[in-house]
Amino acid sequence: MEHGLILAAILFGLGLAGVLVRRNIIFMLMSVEIMLNAAGLAFIAAGARWGAVDGQVMFIFILTMAAAEVSVGLALVLQMYHSFRTLDTDKVSTMKG
Amino acid sequence: MNTELFFIPFFPLAGFIMLALAGKRLPKRVVASIGAGSVGLSALLASATGIRFLLAPPQGQVLSLTLWDWMQVGGTTVSVSFLLDPLSLIMVLVITVVGFLIHLYATQFMEHDEGYSRFFAYMNLFVFAMLVLVLADNLVVLYLGWEGVGLCSYLLIGFWYADPANGRAARKAFIVTRVGDTAMAIGLFLLFSHLGTLNINELMIAAPARWPVGADTAVLAAALLLGGAVGKSAQLPLQVWLPDAMAGPTPVSALIHAATMVTAGVYLVARTHVLFELAPPVQAAVAVIGAATLLIAGLSALAQRDIKRVLAYSTISQIGYMFLALGVGAWSAAMFHFMTHAFFKALLFLGAGVVILAQHEEHDMFRMGGLRDKLPATFWTFLVGAASLSAVPLVTAGFYSKDLILWHAWSAPRGGAALWAAGLAGAFITSLYTFRMVFLTFFGESKTGISFKPGRAMTVPLMLLAGLSIIGGFVELPETLGNLPLFSRFLNPVLPAGPASSPEGVSEFFLQLDASFASLAGIGVAWVLYVLRPAFVVKLTAVPAVESARKFWLAGGDFDALYNRLFVRPFVRLAEMSKRDFIDSGYTGIADLSSAANHLLSRTQTGNIRWYAMGIALGAAVFLAIVVVLSP
Amino acid sequence: MTYLFYISAAVAVVSTLLVVTRTHAVHALLYLVVSLLSLGVIFFVLGAPFVAALEVIIYAGAIMVLFVFVIMMLNLGAQAAEHEQQLFKPGVWIGPSILCAVLVVELLYLLTSARQPVSAAPIAPKLVGIALFGPYVIGVELASMLLLAGLVGAYHLGRPHKH
Repeated sequence: MEHGLILAAILFGLGLAGVLVRRNIIFMLMSVEIMLNAAGLAFIAAGARWGAVDGQVMFIFILTMAAAEVSVGLALVLQMYHSFRTLDTDKVSTMKG
Repeated sequence: MNTELFFIPFFPLAGFIMLALAGKRLPKRVVASIGAGSVGLSALLASATGIRFLLAPPQGQVLSLTLWDWMQVGGTTVSVSFLLDPLSLIMVLVITVVGFLIHLYATQFMEHDEGYSRFFAYMNLFVFAMLVLVLADNLVVLYLGWEGVGLCSYLLIGFWYADPANGRAARKAFIVTRVGDTAMAIGLFLLFSHLGTLNINELMIAAPARWPVGADTAVLAAALLLGGAVGKSAQLPLQVWLPDAMAGPTPVSALIHAATMVTAGVYLVARTHVLFELAPPVQAAVAVIGAATLLIAGLSALAQRDIKRVLAYSTISQIGYMFLALGVGAWSAAMFHFMTHAFFKALLFLGAGVVILAQHEEHDMFRMGGLRDKLPATFWTFLVGAASLSAVPLVTAGFYSKDLILWHAWSAPRGGAALWAAGLAGAFITSLYTFRMVFLTFFGESKTGISFKPGRAMTVPLMLLAGLSIIGGFVELPETLGNLPLFSRFLNPVLPAGPASSPEGVSEFFLQLDASFASLAGIGVAWVLYVLRPAFVVKLTAVPAVESARKFWLAGGDFDALYNRLFVRPFVRLAEMSKRDFIDSGYTGIADLSSAANHLLSRTQTGNIRWYAMGIALGAAVFLAIVVVLSP
Repeated sequence: MTYLFYISAAVAVVSTLLVVTRTHAVHALLYLVVSLLSLGVIFFVLGAPFVAALEVIIYAGAIMVLFVFVIMMLNLGAQAAEHEQQLFKPGVWIGPSILCAVLVVELLYLLTSARQPVSAAPIAPKLVGIALFGPYVIGVELASMLLLAGLVGAYHLGRPHKH
């Protein structure tokens, strides 16, 4: 089972790297999706090990949450583009200080 | 029947209260009568008491009166009580009689001043405090009077308070004497803790019983009391306040800073002389201080231009003579000189006041001149006073008192040739500067016109004091000139006779010759320098060394600059440091630290989303690292 | 079965790597879809067929399509691609990469402390459904509220604002 967890860890690390390195908000959101997926994989792997349904149930909840988050997040991205005319997160730092 | 002891100080106190409460509303004549009259009543009562004392001496030569118990502390009771013995009788007579004459003079001198009633209120309060000082039975009441005269001195020096310089002079006087007062208070505490009493007579009995001659505690206590005396009497090293105190009105200078307050130190040492006899090093210090002061002050007087400052330095110098006498054990000689000095110094100050008024408030002697013909009464009385100060032989009171001191300085076991030589040199310098003053002011050409002629209220005191300056010396004729030591015989119960003088009458006569020669030589030199050849002095001051010496002595030996560097500047620097509240820096430091930390941490709020994500990742990495490291 | 797991795992890792390193948004998205599909296969291997189906349908099908729509609306053109190029200077990606590497190593260390077999018996969707409407019914209700909030929020935020 831990191979699944290892895979989840690797994917999570990659997603985190993506969040930290990319500047474009779209890519950052994509990387967040990767991380969510990795977490879900971890749950499924754990559920498979114990032979319980709880892992799959958790994954369904994660899925639901990801869906809601993406819709709201992309709407916010549209607002950001409307206000700042750019998708570069480094430029959107008016909350500085 | 000792109630007169209560009334003698009571009259001036009543005068003060009346004038303080209602003085402003009373017409000037009434104020003058209350002000001068209260002291006059005291003088009458004191004279009557004196006569009775002489004709029918009370038991033990002492009159005492206890008013009430002031405080009970440490098992003993301190009461407000008065004591009249020959020593305090002399003081009371001088204070009230000379004080009355000065008050009378002041009624005309201060006529045009709008603080008329305030002046007389303060003066009366001063006379009251001084009488309390000399009549005090114990050191606590004496200290009360001591502080009282210090307060009145401050009030009167700064009388014309609108000018800030006067306030500064008053503060300087108060603070410098305070240094001495603190030493004296500590001395009082020491005496009380060791001997358990502060009653003067009891102290004078208990001290020799308890301490051998030269005991450390006795030396310490005597030194502390000496500190107080030095401060009040403007001796080295606390003499810096008296020349500046001339900022006050002239009657104030006459009464307080010539005749009475500054002699309080002499009175204190004379009163507690038993203690000083127990402490030979301190008594030697008294003599040395006296000798040094009289020389330094004399030289300073020689360089002054302001007529009142000459008289101020002269006062310091003459009190130096009194200290010299105390230091060699000639107690009654010191008191004799005190009495004659009160007469002629008050006379000189009052005369100087007339001169100043007559010269449009001019103080600089070099701008005066030729007043001999214009102010004849003033001139003749001033001349008498100057002669007495210079100890012109045989006819003046000053001669007898100064000569007595010089004789004791030579012949007493504690005296010596060095002290006598200092006294002799001082006598020469004294007559030199005195007659310099006379010649500059009254002789020569008149440089400023007359603006005032004194009335009866001013000339009568002048003439009375002049008379006293002549006959006042005849109460103590030395062996070579009549042998009539009435004065010291009178004081004998309180101030035991001075150490045995050598039986060689010839030696005393020889010293008297020397003293006479010194004073006459001083007059002669002054005549030559300031009347015959005034240009010589001008040429002399053109020499740079002489000029810098003149400037040095003009500043009174430059003690002000020395003290400024030693005490004032470090203190001001400490105050500046403390102004920034460095002790608070512990607390403000915490606030500053938080503020700095805030600045540092607020730099992490970049508004950059990736930075925040990096923060999260970093935190997770650190946390996991801890788990990895700490797990088994 | 085990080989299927390892092959899909490799595909997932490679495609995820390509996702985070592409400059063109649509390319990255497509690689992300591949990654998701491979994850679906892995789920199936791990005995969760229902979840695998859900992954493909909802995640790859709906959420990724949403991304594609938004990218097309924003019209990220060529200049965006150039803009992204500069991010591949070594100074930019070396720091975060090291950080993530450290994190992954720590996780791997912790995970390899115990050893278990890989494959498992499949779990029937029926059991999942019973669990959802049994002990987890409150979670289901909350999830539906969340979706409602997301819906309203997306609608409100997506409206053109007149400034």
